[in-house]
Amino acid sequence: MPSTTAFLLLSALIFTVGLVGVTVRRNMITVLMSLELMLNAVNINLVAFSQRFSSLEGHVFPVFIICIAAGEAAVGLAIIIQLYRLKSTVNVDEVTELNG
Amino acid sequence: MTDPLMLTGVSLALFVIVGAIAVASSILVVSMRNPVHSALFLLLTFLCVAILFVSMGAEFVGAVQVLVYAGGIMVLFLFVVMLINVKALPKEKVFTATSMMGVLMGVLLFIILAIILASGTWAPAVNAPENLRTAVVVKTTPVVDAGGATIQTETVTRDVVGNAEAVGMALYRDYLVPFEVASLFLLVAMVGAIVIGKRELDASEEEAIPEFIAKKVSDEDRLKEVTGA
Amino acid sequence: MTWADLLFLLPEIVLSIGGCLLLLAPVIGGRNNGVAAKWSMLLLLVATAAAIYVAAGAGIPSLALGTLFVADPFAVFFKLLFVVVIAMITLLSAEFLEDGRYSAWEYYSLMAFALCGMMFMASGTHLISIYVGLELLSLASYILAGYYKNETRSTEAAMKYFVLGATSSGILLYGMSLIYGACGSLHLEAISQAVATMAGNQALIIGVMLLGAGLCFKVAAVPFHVWTPDVYTGAPTPVTAFLSTASKVAAFAIFARIFYMGLHSLEPDWNSIIATVAALSMIVGNLAAVTQTNVKRMLAYSSIAHAGYALLGVLAMSEIGLQGVLIYMLVYAFANIGTWAMVMLLRRREYAGENVDDFDGLHKSAPLYAFAMVVFLLSLGGIPPTAGFIGKYYLFAAAISAGYAWLAVIAVLMSAVSMFYYFRLVVAMYLKDGAAADVIPSRQVRFIVIVCLIATLTLGILPERMIRGAARSIAPIVNLASR
Repeated sequence: MPSTTAFLLLSALIFTVGLVGVTVRRNMITVLMSLELMLNAVNINLVAFSQRFSSLEGHVFPVFIICIAAGEAAVGLAIIIQLYRLKSTVNVDEVTELNG
Repeated sequence: MTDPLMLTGVSLALFVIVGAIAVASSILVVSMRNPVHSALFLLLTFLCVAILFVSMGAEFVGAVQVLVYAGGIMVLFLFVVMLINVKALPKEKVFTATSMMGVLMGVLLFIILAIILASGTWAPAVNAPENLRTAVVVKTTPVVDAGGATIQTETVTRDVVGNAEAVGMALYRDYLVPFEVASLFLLVAMVGAIVIGKRELDASEEEAIPEFIAKKVSDEDRLKEVTGA
Repeated sequence: MTWADLLFLLPEIVLSIGGCLLLLAPVIGGRNNGVAAKWSMLLLLVATAAAIYVAAGAGIPSLALGTLFVADPFAVFFKLLFVVVIAMITLLSAEFLEDGRYSAWEYYSLMAFALCGMMFMASGTHLISIYVGLELLSLASYILAGYYKNETRSTEAAMKYFVLGATSSGILLYGMSLIYGACGSLHLEAISQAVATMAGNQALIIGVMLLGAGLCFKVAAVPFHVWTPDVYTGAPTPVTAFLSTASKVAAFAIFARIFYMGLHSLEPDWNSIIATVAALSMIVGNLAAVTQTNVKRMLAYSSIAHAGYALLGVLAMSEIGLQGVLIYMLVYAFANIGTWAMVMLLRRREYAGENVDDFDGLHKSAPLYAFAMVVFLLSLGGIPPTAGFIGKYYLFAAAISAGYAWLAVIAVLMSAVSMFYYFRLVVAMYLKDGAAADVIPSRQVRFIVIVCLIATLTLGILPERMIRGAARSIAPIVNLASR
């Protein structure tokens, strides 16, 4: 098995775990952590490909992704805190004012 | 086809061990009921992934991963978990029928992805690892030619600088504009976190503000008051 | 970086500096001054529009910049459209910011940064630059959706939008990483060259599918639409207008650019998927809208259906298809903002005034507004004298000439269904008596309604300029695709 494939399979596994976490978990904080797992899987892919092509593109993109993940986490956590203040819950299911 | 990313001997053992820990802890992140435990396992996953980055030769990304993820984002998560009284929250059942359905779908998705990725044909490998640790340096030197006029000559060399500097050069030269956009993004994130997360004081808290802040008593008056002079 | 580069990036530079100044304004002493904030924002938008004209005539940028961004007519078209849309939304927002409970300066500066992100999206030709622009827009949108932060509905909308938006970004990124692996580059032109030789490559196809799934979320197409009704209902109404026009148009700009520039030769592999998504969006969006009694929810479902119509243009992969996308975005923006302005007109308190029966008897109390609303609804439904007809005509013609007659049939049938629920509003306004007597429109809302009315009618009756403009704007991309 070529080595790139090994990294791709690892990243696919982490990506699916993250995706399942986002869909299954109802606690907003854990959902946010699962999102970070998905982004990490993408970074593994990019770095593995970048080594394969000996090109820096795949090293630069993860830096952007990590930076953007940090910003998203900050805003996501702020929304969680505001939600907690209003409804005393961080559970996605219990926030159902909009019938969706 | 030579793949520059070879896993043999020690590096294979490292990949298997660290990869296994990363996957196991990522599964634990998703299945832990207490967010604090999830956060700690997330930290473990991040560190394992950072080790994988370094083992692949991406030292800079590995370092950023540790600094930003493990250092910054994790602290933020833990802060919020502490701010929210986790114990008082209603217990969430993690293993329910619907979540089992989700897990099943996940397994299915992974099998499909795995089959496609394992048999995937990727763009041809380029075995030139020096590209990842060298930067193009353009030096301009004035040269006086035969006629006495000064002309600028450009010499282009590839200097061996290491991965961090090579990424830095790419980031600040080729990707400068996206980099600036990312800085705008962080500004928006900061403004947003403050706008949404800021708590407006209600009337009773407004009263609780010490008089010298609310009434803007001057420093001298405050000093007199404190010292009794 | 050279002077040509700075000139090339002038609109974005003006906008980001302006955005920072808007943030700093309260420090200088403009605390909660909604009027000043509004005029500053409008001034900034005028400066940006001027800068776009300057940049469009600027020289070729240096190589590093030129591979990441272009300032082709396609980008200029979208940038100008964004500026106009944001200017209208600024005027619509003025009313709810002037009561001073929510800070106006931060609101407008977030709007400016979102606009900056949209402009980077429109001109990005590299997946990194497109992604970074997209995230700038998305993050600002999450915050704006939750701007009424003391209302549970608004915060809930922000939460739902955030979770689903961030997930879709993750999926989109995973798709990008696989495309990178299959093509060896993240640049759209390099991708297009690599793709030409790899039809049927499974790994590439799944990458494109994941990328497409992320994009379908951003344009709110079925099956990635579940967030739309809730977010559109819960967000403050001007922000809903922003999400359903500006954000959607920007997403279509990158959708069109990625598929026309990068993935056109892979068309046989993805066309059936996009065709299914378009058909489902039209059917689900229109049928679900029929049963809604809340106008915001109804318009949310109808905006899902509109994403389906516009996807026909992407699917067609032809000159007329891309032209159709541009024309449709233009006419949709005006009709849609006009409709949202009408919803705001009837807003008596925070969220009230958004049920269908709130429109009862509007004809008697405000005949001009009732007439305007009819025009907007006709335009959204695609009925001849209005601009919407031209847009739909181009999209449907493109679908038929590309061999998707069945999709065109679905689209026409579903347009008829959409007229059914739009007509409910018309019936409420003209045939019922109701409480709409106390409509006191603010100057801004009146202005927006009239501008949108004039634009919708003029573009419908005299469409030649618009059609010629769209044809000019798509030239660089179509040339690239046919090469």
